[in-house]
Amino acid sequence: MVSQTEMKTVTTDSFSQGIRDCIPTLLGYISIGLAFGVIGITSNLSILEIFLLSVFVYAGSAQFIFCGLYVAGAPVSIIIITTFIVNLRHFLMSLTVAPHLTRYSSLRNIGFGSLLTDETFGVAVTKLMKENHLGGRWMDGLNLTAYLSWIAACTLGGIVGKWIPDAESWGLDFALVAMFVALLVLNLVDVGKSKLMHYLKLIGCVAVCMYILSYFLPGHLAVLFSTIIVATIGVVTEK
Amino acid sequence: MTTNLAMFLIILGCAVVTWLPRVIPFMLVRSVQLPDVVLRWLTYIPVCILSALVIESLLNAEGKFVTFEWLNLMAFIPTVFVAIFTKSLSQTVIAGVLTMAVLRNLF
Repeated sequence: MVSQTEMKTVTTDSFSQGIRDCIPTLLGYISIGLAFGVIGITSNLSILEIFLLSVFVYAGSAQFIFCGLYVAGAPVSIIIITTFIVNLRHFLMSLTVAPHLTRYSSLRNIGFGSLLTDETFGVAVTKLMKENHLGGRWMDGLNLTAYLSWIAACTLGGIVGKWIPDAESWGLDFALVAMFVALLVLNLVDVGKSKLMHYLKLIGCVAVCMYILSYFLPGHLAVLFSTIIVATIGVVTEK
Repeated sequence: MTTNLAMFLIILGCAVVTWLPRVIPFMLVRSVQLPDVVLRWLTYIPVCILSALVIESLLNAEGKFVTFEWLNLMAFIPTVFVAIFTKSLSQTVIAGVLTMAVLRNLF
């Protein structure tokens, strides 16, 4: 068997490669962004507010929950605390990616962190798994493409929302799940046979954890705690 | 195309609490050398968090018992096979969306 290191090829650190690697995720961003714009309008947000949310909050699930709480007339404190909890998983994602980018300036690191999302995290760790290396220009290309597409899609959704046919009947809401499935599989492709078995058992643990925690916790917290618990199991059980 | 100061401040508040968890780790790892065990722990985060996000979408916790989101589960299975055989992000997304579109129009 060829050793793992020999198989790893490092592509150049270029902005345009970052843009290209972002393209497969765009269907997810655009369909969900459009859907957000529509929900925003029906939640009595103005187009300007939809635009501001996508620029400043830049997080799909948090923005949807924002709408839900706002419409329900929830107090400001609840809206802000809930947003915080929904996005807390990004702390783990940033912590995973950050050690590979410490050679860049503080300012650029703030940029990498500010634009981290579930999707860009998934693409970045898949690249890490393959090449064990992340480049700053590539990160910027990936992040800015995702960010600008998100803002454009949300705003467009707010403008043309009334005329868009129901996105669900087109299966577009499944784009995000399909993308996570693909990123998960791509992360497992290169790990080697013995490690693969370990990972598959851990995924089984995640399933069990998710099922049990879903009785007590909202989905986003079940995701956070399952990840923390099973990553710990992973370290303890590794050979 | 309007907003008011109160709304703007709520959005800003939400922006701060989403921004901090994203940025703090990037600042943290510059000043603190993470212990080896933490770095090893972090190597498990991608697979754990991605599988948790997928499983979250397959579960329905609305009723008394946690059950499956059946339509998502049915679309999930062919999507996994397409992902394994093509190893392509875009082809998997397209296959997933098409499967879901077909399922929605059947049921």
